[in-house]
Amino acid sequence: MTSTFRATDGGRIDRSATVDFTFDGQVYTGHPGDTLASALLAAGRHQIATSIKLGRPRGIAAAWAEDPGGLVQIEEPFPEPMLLATTVELHEGLAAHGLPGQGRLAEVPDSARYDAVHHHVDVLVVGAGPAGLAAALTAARAGARVALVDEQSEAGGSLLGGTDRLDDAPALEWVTAAVAELAGHPDVLHLQRTTAFGSYDDGFVLALERRTDHLGTAAPKHISRQRVWRLRARSIVVATGAHERPVVFADNDRPGIMLAGAARTFLHHYGVLPGREAVVFTTNDSAYDAALDLHRAGVRVQAVVDARPEGSPRRREECERAGIRVLPGAVVTGTRGVERVTHALVAPFADGDVGAGSAIACDLLLVSGGWNPAVHLFSQARGRLRYDEALGAFLPGEELDGLSVTGAAAGVFDLAGCLADGRRVARAALTAQTIDPAGVDRLPTAPEPVVPTAPLVLWRVPDTSGAEGSTSFVDLQRDATVADIARAVGAGLRSIEHIKRYTTIGTAHDQGKTSGVLTSGITAELLGIPVQATGTTTFRPPYTPVAFAALAGRDRGRLFDPERVTSLHDWHVAAGAVFEDVGQWKRPRYYPRPGEDMEAAVLRECAAARTGVGILDGSTLGKIDVQGPDAAVLLDRLYTNMMSSLKVGSVRYGVMCGVDGMVIDDGTVLRLAEDRFLVLTTTGGAAKILDWMEEWAQTEWPDLRVHCTSVTEQWNTFPVVGPRSRDVIGAVFPQVDVSNEAFPFMAWRDTTLDGVPVRLARISFSGELAFEVYVSPWYGVAVWQRLLEAGHRYGITPYGTETMHVLRAEKGYPIIGQDTDGTVTPQDLGMEWAISKKKADFVGKRSFARRANQDPLRKQLVGLLPVDRRTVLPEGSQIVELHADGQLPPPPVPMLGHVTSSYRSAELARPFALALVKGGRSRIGDTVHVPVNGTLVPVEVTGSVLVDPEGARRDG
Amino acid sequence: MQLIECPWCGPREEVEFHYGGQAHVPYPDNPAEVSDEEWAHYVFFRDNTKGRFAERWNHTAGCRRWFNAIRDTATYRFERVYRLDGPKPVTP
Repeated sequence: MTSTFRATDGGRIDRSATVDFTFDGQVYTGHPGDTLASALLAAGRHQIATSIKLGRPRGIAAAWAEDPGGLVQIEEPFPEPMLLATTVELHEGLAAHGLPGQGRLAEVPDSARYDAVHHHVDVLVVGAGPAGLAAALTAARAGARVALVDEQSEAGGSLLGGTDRLDDAPALEWVTAAVAELAGHPDVLHLQRTTAFGSYDDGFVLALERRTDHLGTAAPKHISRQRVWRLRARSIVVATGAHERPVVFADNDRPGIMLAGAARTFLHHYGVLPGREAVVFTTNDSAYDAALDLHRAGVRVQAVVDARPEGSPRRREECERAGIRVLPGAVVTGTRGVERVTHALVAPFADGDVGAGSAIACDLLLVSGGWNPAVHLFSQARGRLRYDEALGAFLPGEELDGLSVTGAAAGVFDLAGCLADGRRVARAALTAQTIDPAGVDRLPTAPEPVVPTAPLVLWRVPDTSGAEGSTSFVDLQRDATVADIARAVGAGLRSIEHIKRYTTIGTAHDQGKTSGVLTSGITAELLGIPVQATGTTTFRPPYTPVAFAALAGRDRGRLFDPERVTSLHDWHVAAGAVFEDVGQWKRPRYYPRPGEDMEAAVLRECAAARTGVGILDGSTLGKIDVQGPDAAVLLDRLYTNMMSSLKVGSVRYGVMCGVDGMVIDDGTVLRLAEDRFLVLTTTGGAAKILDWMEEWAQTEWPDLRVHCTSVTEQWNTFPVVGPRSRDVIGAVFPQVDVSNEAFPFMAWRDTTLDGVPVRLARISFSGELAFEVYVSPWYGVAVWQRLLEAGHRYGITPYGTETMHVLRAEKGYPIIGQDTDGTVTPQDLGMEWAISKKKADFVGKRSFARRANQDPLRKQLVGLLPVDRRTVLPEGSQIVELHADGQLPPPPVPMLGHVTSSYRSAELARPFALALVKGGRSRIGDTVHVPVNGTLVPVEVTGSVLVDPEGARRDG
Repeated sequence: MQLIECPWCGPREEVEFHYGGQAHVPYPDNPAEVSDEEWAHYVFFRDNTKGRFAERWNHTAGCRRWFNAIRDTATYRFERVYRLDGPKPVTP
């Protein structure tokens, strides 16, 4: 399609080149420098889609991020939903279609890169319009470290959409010089296409830079598509301009109805005529600029309809000189047209009353109800807003530390004022940082501002159409109307936050940029209260939508959370291990042989460990090196049992409790020297227990001379488990006497293997004779291989965490966090033997004496054996007791407890479980029931140790 | 994201820190001699102040040291930080 609505000259587009693109399946041509919206308007297309609820045609209504009408789905070069046609820069091959308010996520993976950069500055300026540029220049000239970010493709802000002059030359020449000057300052970061979308505490601002979106398929793959800038500034200067506000009237949503300033922007920035015959409806002087500029560009301006009784005498004279009819004391009451506005219905308006009207033909209806300063970043930083009666707008109502607002965002609307104000706030920011603002900071001379005729604050035109406000749209994206606000008020709602949620106004893609203040005004009017009392809804980040991909940056896929692997990981992979996640660790769960499922593999692995020899990679166990003259004192205070009496060369199992007496972790402790211990924790508890030990050492007992260091990554740990483990260890370490007498249970010995230091410990988490082999991860694979070679003749079998769990459960060893849940004491676990009677105190001891902890009906750890010898009880199953007559008690059926661990046992040749059961130890021998898939499975309560309760096997 | 002034490292982003609850709640000198009620107060009861509150913080992802802070629980503003061995500052 040809660009029949292109102005003959002007605009910041490259007319020497063309760009072909597709919209709704139709091929169009635009120019470099166009947005999708400007190129469509140049082709005469206003309608983008139909509305979400009512299906009414909707078109482009503004020129940038405040547009409520032009939502599109991009199909090429990459599918992306819910973008605004006004902010999509045109590029060759762009394909898009209009959206009725709802998009669709891409079905193909996003292959683009996203990243984030931290940046620290003295002064951050948001917005590169006249006020922002003046502020940035002032700060840069004083030698401050500056960042200037602006959301458009080039600097200039409102100057891009106007005809302003500075120093008797087009204002954009000054913009070009200012940008060049900033580029010459080494400490200035200037980013265009970068939207500051959130301001947070202590000068923290998040900004999104769109780095390659405008390049389309030409985007280099090695450059991230979008970048989140994490900016930390001592001072923030918010120079974000203002959004024009519409006036609400009946049928104000038709394509061809547009904000007046937006039409002026389309003309000057993009060289587009948004129509041929225009009616301009205004409450203030600013829309006259649009009327006059469009008239000069060849648009027939049918009338300027000014709601003010006298209009603006000076602007009226200008219009009449140009031959434009001005109708003061009049309003637009409605429109005609379906897919495009065809008529504006204009009527006299005095003292709030609308007279008899007439229709004026037009294909473009421009509206201006005044300007709303873009106070989003100020408000997000918890700045209070103040309602300005004269402007009909909310302005920053207080000074914030480290954040100042300038230019139109602060209610300064003339060019000279914006430049001076930008310089003023920058100087104030510099002074507050004790940076001398003295220097050459001459600002260009702007024309003397003309004092405008006071605007009229008019939220809505009384509805004379008979529709009672039901076609008077406040939020076009949500299809929400004046009638909806009236309904909310009629339902008794008073708070603007409630009205927002009741009507959904301001909850769509545009977050109420054009509808928010209107809603406050109309609500106040309906309630008969001042607008200040209504206030605004809370401004929350993001200012404009941000893709989750951008926020995720590089932290996705495998980089979402660190993956920790042991030095044996490649060996496990080659051995065909099936992995499970334990915290951040990848641990082998089992090693299936061809044709084996998990059950078969685990039965085989268990049998090997109980009858021959198995080997486990236990390197993920937490290890903490505790050193210092008072190391034993600290451990005595934190473990329930005595550690100071442990002899060098020996090992002791220990339990730690919180101050509430509940078990938080368990593990073994090796005494390496009088003043040095190696504390082993659960895999998942490693970081938590290090924190716990440091907390007590620092906050309660700073007098203790002790230090704790994580050495988890410094040691591989390989338990070699089973009746033949002594043969294997003896073969690999022939210089070590592995006899029971020389190397008893719960002892450790240091040795070497080909000069490499190795520590051996007789610790068993299975009840079998077992040795743990500790070695530096650099030699982990080599030592593991030696153990396998030596164990080959005994059928040494690598086993995973599943087998480890079965073996320990058969022995009744609890897993803290699986068999316990933070309400379980050592006594509940049957571990009175691990509680020192000699120590005067340790963390948790006093709580053991609390009455609740003495209750005989506390849940206790017991074993369960399904009577049918077949059912594997699902972990988490509830446990119930039947009446003597074999019937369930009436609901609610009392729950005795739940199954915490459940496995099939090779050794017992039947399934078994561990469970927490009320008064469990007094129920040993009883039969209780577990509901499984709708049937009650009878189970026998047993002690928690089901295999080798005498402990005969641990010495081989 | 707030900046928190670590007494040893200087201002750092809040994600580097862990909150440690109310400060100046010492472990009883002789737990065996306190009543169940007194012990329960030590274990379970803490103030729920609106306004200035003395708290413990840990620079977990930095120097790993604990320190105390006076923070306004209504504004989140840290008014001062001080070392564990220092007395609770007198606030107006």
